[in-house]
Amino acid sequence: MIMMERHPHIIDARDLRKVFGDFAAVDGISFHLLSGECLGILGPNGAGKTSTIRMIYGSSPMTSGSLQVFGLDIRREWRTIKSRIGVCHQENNLDPDLSVLKNLEVFAGYFSIPRGEATQRAEKLLRFIALDHRRNDTVTSLSGGMMRRLVLARALINEPRLLILDEPTTGLDPQSRHQVWEKLDQLRTDGLSILLTTHYMEEAAYLCDRLIIIDHGKILVQGKPKDLIREYAGRDVIEVLNPDSELLDFVKSSQFMHDSLDRRLIVYGQESDHIFEKMADHYCVENCIRRMATLEDVFLRLTGRDLRE
Amino acid sequence: MNRSIQWNISLRFMRVWHRNFIVYKKIWKINFLPPILEPLFYILAFGIGLGALVGHINYQGREISYVAFIAPALLSINMMYNAFFENTYASFVRMYYQKTFDAIMATPLSVSEVIVGEIVWGATKSLIATAIMLAVVSLFGLVQYPYGLLVLPLSFLAGMAFGAVGMLFTGITPSIDMFNLPIFLFITPMFLFSGTFFPLNDLPVWAQKIALAFPLTHLVTLTRGLCLGVVGVNLLFGLLYLILFSLIFIPIALRAMHRRLVR
Repeated sequence: MIMMERHPHIIDARDLRKVFGDFAAVDGISFHLLSGECLGILGPNGAGKTSTIRMIYGSSPMTSGSLQVFGLDIRREWRTIKSRIGVCHQENNLDPDLSVLKNLEVFAGYFSIPRGEATQRAEKLLRFIALDHRRNDTVTSLSGGMMRRLVLARALINEPRLLILDEPTTGLDPQSRHQVWEKLDQLRTDGLSILLTTHYMEEAAYLCDRLIIIDHGKILVQGKPKDLIREYAGRDVIEVLNPDSELLDFVKSSQFMHDSLDRRLIVYGQESDHIFEKMADHYCVENCIRRMATLEDVFLRLTGRDLRE
Repeated sequence: MNRSIQWNISLRFMRVWHRNFIVYKKIWKINFLPPILEPLFYILAFGIGLGALVGHINYQGREISYVAFIAPALLSINMMYNAFFENTYASFVRMYYQKTFDAIMATPLSVSEVIVGEIVWGATKSLIATAIMLAVVSLFGLVQYPYGLLVLPLSFLAGMAFGAVGMLFTGITPSIDMFNLPIFLFITPMFLFSGTFFPLNDLPVWAQKIALAFPLTHLVTLTRGLCLGVVGVNLLFGLLYLILFSLIFIPIALRAMHRRLVR
């Protein structure tokens, strides 16, 4: 605890780079994570999210830059750092050769947690994720949502000070996703520092205090979700399907932030925009939808609408 | 670049060993079957069937039965198989399909500790299987004690040697099917031409020289010497060979696995 007070920055990354051959997966990013904060890294596929966090949990050596976790240098004190981090990988890498309970107990062994203590923690975590009734089942018999929760429990077995989650709810059904969110929210409320990557905007908006949007290995913007929305997508959005040329001209001549797509016009407005109100009244009949601006608008405006494959 | 993460080895590798041991214990009855049944089958087929044709064999000036000749070879092959297959197919499955190594790499263990743990586990499997097989073979009076007991530590050393080679192939193989290649080019020739089922002297001289490069040749010589109670200074050469072989191939295997896992 004393160390945490001396180092309010749980993560302090400066000019971090990761190069594979002549491809820079992470191209000089700097950010920090404060104690007790939930920081989200957003970006399209291949933006460098996973490469970034793999360096932080010590599975991937950085090419250059400096990286301190808990105020310690990852290059020198990696073992101490790794012992205080919990990681949920993107891929399910539970141990299929072991039962639900054994998965937690054996994992505790990697952290040199004594056996009795390990069993106690495992039982407590199984209750936390509501899987105690499945403790002796094989992990392959669990549903996708249950496996995710077990991965989360496994990441908590060493009572980490920092939880790192790589796309924690990808591939889950809405019920399971919300259950995972609820657990994460609970952990966040308890003061755990969390770093997560996601491409679900809803997830980022729901869980994260602060966001970093990255693309091509570089940070595009960072800030609080609400601030980012206000700054990059305004407050209200009007989507117009098949807009006529009169409307297009009107929008182009005005000062509105807008995106003109093939068959759709998206106009971003602030609350105080009277013209925006006027446009809504004047031009919109049936082909308009007015809605609140979301993080997804911010994301698509900043990273573009091209497919990432 | 983060060399310390990659090469640091502490006793923590035993955690990986322990994980494999827990899985092994779960189905120990099935794991115990091959080393019990295999020598029985071989002794039946080769001892009673083929042995009747071969009669006795002259080994280092002694007349021994064919079964007594091949029993140490069976033990040696068993050591090779247990370690090699554990650190090829089984390790590959854990690494590639189950992502077990990825999960462990996010804990305080280093990559080297994961790999050393795997190799030491392979050697342990070789030791367990050898202990069982030795007991079975002893029932037929084919092992001279107390020297025969030294076969146990030898099986661990042999496990390290063959496990390291297996791990090297795991580090460089593109897919699990490609293990057929080292098995066909490395394991099968050794199985047949290491003085296992006929004395090396029966081979042409050039082939004898090639056979001397095989680790299995030296292992068979050692095991045979210990089982027959014919122990001399000449055995030290084989022992030295296996130790050197391990000391060379373990770092090479570690390097191959680093290339594969640390990106």
